Amino acid sequence: MKRSVNILLSVDWLTIGVYLLLVFLGWLNIYAAVYDEQHPSVIDFSQRYGKQLVWVFAALVIALIVMLVDNRIYFFFSWFIYGGVVLLLVLVLIIGKEINGAKAWFEFGGVGLQPSEFAKFATALVVARYLHSPAINLTRPRDLMTAVALFMTPVMLIILQPDLGTAVVFISFFFVLFRAGMSPYILFSGLLMIILFLLTILFDDLFVAIGLVILAFIIVVLQSRKFLPPLTGLAVIAALVAGGWLTDRYLINIGGIEVAIIISLLIAGLGLSWFIFRYKLKWVMVIYLFLLGSIMYIYTVDYAFNNLLRPHQQTRINIILGIESDPLGKGYNLNQSLISIGSGGFSGKGYLQGTQTKFRFVPEQSTDFIFCTVGEEWGFIGSIAVIGIYLLLFFRLIVLAERQKSAFARIYGYSVFSILFFHFFINIGMTIGLVPVIGIPLPFLSYGGSSLWGFTILLFVFLRLDASRTEYLL
Amino acid sequence: MKDPFINRKYILVLMIMLASLMLLARLFYIQVIDDSYRASAESNVLRFVTHYPARGLIYDRNGRLLVSNKAAYDVMVIPGQTTVLDTVEFCELAGITVESFRDRIRVARRYSRMAPSVFLKQISAETFGVLQEKMYRFPGFYVQTRTLREYAKPVAAHILGYVGEVDDNIVHSNPYYKPGDYIGITGIEKSYEEQLRGRKGVNIYLVDVHGRIKGSFRDGENDTVAFAGSDIVSTIDIDLQEYGELLMKNKSGSIVAIEPSTGEVLALVSSPGYDPSLLVGRVRSDNFRQLEQDTLKPLFNRALMASYPPGSTFKPVVGLIALQEKVITAGTGFGCSPGYLFVGCHSHPSPLNLADAIMHSCNSYFCQAFRRTLENGVYSSVSEAYERWRKYLTDFGFGNRLNTDFTNELPGFIPQSTYYDRYYGAGRWRALTVISLGIGQGEIGTTPLQMASMTAAIANRGYFYTPHIVRSAGDTGETPTQFTGRHMTGIDSTNFIPVIEGMDLVVSGGPGATARHIGIPGVTICGKTGTAENPHGKDHSVFIAFAPKESPRIAIAVYVENAGFGSTMAAPIASLMMEKYLTGKIHNRWREENILGLNLIAVEEER
Repeated sequence: MKRSVNILLSVDWLTIGVYLLLVFLGWLNIYAAVYDEQHPSVIDFSQRYGKQLVWVFAALVIALIVMLVDNRIYFFFSWFIYGGVVLLLVLVLIIGKEINGAKAWFEFGGVGLQPSEFAKFATALVVARYLHSPAINLTRPRDLMTAVALFMTPVMLIILQPDLGTAVVFISFFFVLFRAGMSPYILFSGLLMIILFLLTILFDDLFVAIGLVILAFIIVVLQSRKFLPPLTGLAVIAALVAGGWLTDRYLINIGGIEVAIIISLLIAGLGLSWFIFRYKLKWVMVIYLFLLGSIMYIYTVDYAFNNLLRPHQQTRINIILGIESDPLGKGYNLNQSLISIGSGGFSGKGYLQGTQTKFRFVPEQSTDFIFCTVGEEWGFIGSIAVIGIYLLLFFRLIVLAERQKSAFARIYGYSVFSILFFHFFINIGMTIGLVPVIGIPLPFLSYGGSSLWGFTILLFVFLRLDASRTEYLL
Repeated sequence: MKDPFINRKYILVLMIMLASLMLLARLFYIQVIDDSYRASAESNVLRFVTHYPARGLIYDRNGRLLVSNKAAYDVMVIPGQTTVLDTVEFCELAGITVESFRDRIRVARRYSRMAPSVFLKQISAETFGVLQEKMYRFPGFYVQTRTLREYAKPVAAHILGYVGEVDDNIVHSNPYYKPGDYIGITGIEKSYEEQLRGRKGVNIYLVDVHGRIKGSFRDGENDTVAFAGSDIVSTIDIDLQEYGELLMKNKSGSIVAIEPSTGEVLALVSSPGYDPSLLVGRVRSDNFRQLEQDTLKPLFNRALMASYPPGSTFKPVVGLIALQEKVITAGTGFGCSPGYLFVGCHSHPSPLNLADAIMHSCNSYFCQAFRRTLENGVYSSVSEAYERWRKYLTDFGFGNRLNTDFTNELPGFIPQSTYYDRYYGAGRWRALTVISLGIGQGEIGTTPLQMASMTAAIANRGYFYTPHIVRSAGDTGETPTQFTGRHMTGIDSTNFIPVIEGMDLVVSGGPGATARHIGIPGVTICGKTGTAENPHGKDHSVFIAFAPKESPRIAIAVYVENAGFGSTMAAPIASLMMEKYLTGKIHNRWREENILGLNLIAVEEER
């Protein structure tokens, strides 16, 4: 049932317009970030703005090729593309070039290629391909696990490079899974895990655990409207612990408090079981399991943070949370970034008038920290405008995704949205101290061939699918 | 097909809205509400002014100041902030030419237009005064204060070491250092760099377009305080050190004096030396090049890095090992005809016991004692006996670095038995093959520091402490623990009696004693002369000694290159050093004048 469609008419020109605008803004800011009065020439290929022109031109060619390819190719070859990228990710570990301590680059005559940038698009294709089948039900653990495994495979390989920043991006696939029918509890658990993670690092484990117990207790009491049994239990336990403590303190130190706590835990367990069965309150059981899981998680996080994360990663998180302040050391990037964005004020210093951005004090000024230039030279107004353009893109992507007839195209569209959105939030968030410094680019704005090409392919494959939305039902 | 989850898109939309709201709220806060950032919105820039803490001072063992600091001023420039200025006036004030001004600006611009770089290093206090007054007229320039080293006396350069700018390697490997920072490069300055340097501080200022400081950035919230470096108390006695350098003037060689009861180095002279203040400030690079090109190698620390065969000064140890291995006793006598087989000797009474053999420095005696040590029936082979002998030597501190707090100590060389196996073939060498080791010649090499440490071990009758140059560093005032542990030599203290007796006789034994001319009234010196064979010219004169005999307070090794027998040059110098240290004065003026008047370097150059 092929219905030929003129791509020129059916393609979504609005999205293409937004794309071109963002790429143009990106180039302007890259020019500003490395601007030097001595070398004002726009076409200077020794400078990053000159090189970015080349990358942009190449990206447009890539976009054109993507649009010319038959849309069915992306569906039928998704597994091949995925397999090829996974192979590249393995290969880069072996023959890749090490830059900044990560083996993430292939080098071809001076041009670096980062396979992990293309892994995002390939993974999006294969996830969409897997989930498009109506037989897949994400509430079934088996199907969910398969879907997660699809994007965890590249994640594992990217962690081996190690490039934690890029690996973290794949978390965004949970949004896709959520939209495709994954239990919302998983998304909320994930959110809870992030909150608990931050609390655990900020405060002592014991306080967080006790806080959780109290919270769970209050929920149970308020929700069940049964006041007497829980409060009685609480009183018994309090008496026991107090008794143990007093014995230790004033009579004889035989570890009374420890004994009391163990007995209390037993009583609490028994009491809780009785409570659940007596009033047939299954949901209390769920809360109880959640509580146990959370407490185990807290201690795991604490262990992992102190023993598994590398020192610079620990420091980055600590600085965000305000535990460490070290303006000339590890917090230097963030501090400089805040100064330059903050000094932009309401209306900015004017294009090419930024002073902080040219200090060359923020490394990665034209790549990961490109938003500093926006914030400093264009101020709050400019920041709102740039964020607004992204919002337009995101809403448009959701609209486009929802109008797809094929589940494949819709799920792929959501993947594109989720990946771009995740980059957007984390990248801008890190420059203004809202999230830890994770080295990932701002889509379409940051300097760099691989990332621009990766995002271009990601987006234009979706536009290609969308242009043919009336042709086939894949 | 109805999508049951279609409503979930609203949750995602909600998520976008929330996230964007968070970003916007935060941006609104830092860009519009928070004044500290807005203060710099009027094209203001921040200037990071580093405060270099004063480097720690260095004192001698009696609390006399050796190294202190003086202020120096660097003119810094931020090329991006300079405006049209009266170059000629600036050059006049700063005392540079217009061409050099242009060159310097070009160099600075190449480094960075917006980050400060050093424009003019270490200007004088007067220039600073003049310049500072007019500074407001030269936007983009400012003066940064630093400290330079100042030396109380022009001595002890090798011990103290010098301070210089960090190189790229250090900047890359250690994040503390930034280009232009100073770091200790040799000597105490290097070994105790971390204690001496303190910690840099940074003040962040808001500066307007004219380069004027407008105030602290965020009320100094992000500033860090500089901490001054810790002072260091050295173990050297600056008077003795100065005297040693005086005695060694016009001679090349070295003196190492150690306090046996602690291992503290009292003086460490390497001659020719240089004035440490030559390597300070702007003149450093020129002077360094000159010193480096000097054929007498003044930068080379002979006391730690020159490895000589020890010669006859080794005989006490050879005797001690033979006693410990029970192949001789104090009364064992060996004949000398004169000499032993192919090793010659000079004329003296024969046969001699151990003490007399040391007094007369009889080659024959120690060759035979050494031969007995290697042919000891207790061991299955010569090679095994040799390894045992070598073990004693390494216990005395030979053949390895002593692990002192000097930065460039060399290990010397005591060959392993495998060395001879390679050379002669396993099992194909015997005691007689290596007999010259018994009189301190042959393949072995020892440094003056090791010889002084060995002398301290003899003075202590069996043990020594790792020689060290710093008594306390930092606030604790305690000696680092690696210097407070005794190293045992593995030789019983009773075995030292005849050897020390012999070393006493070297000085006091009358006719035939090799150093009978160096006595000091009221002090019993125990010493041993030696001659280090020098294939390149006249032999080196060596003398080791300690005093007083019963409760030694100083152990010393003196090397004078190309001075012939140990008794002629090294022994009187050692005597003068010990007398100076123990009594504070010199009774024998002509001995002193005799030494001071000698110029061996001129003689050597004529040859």
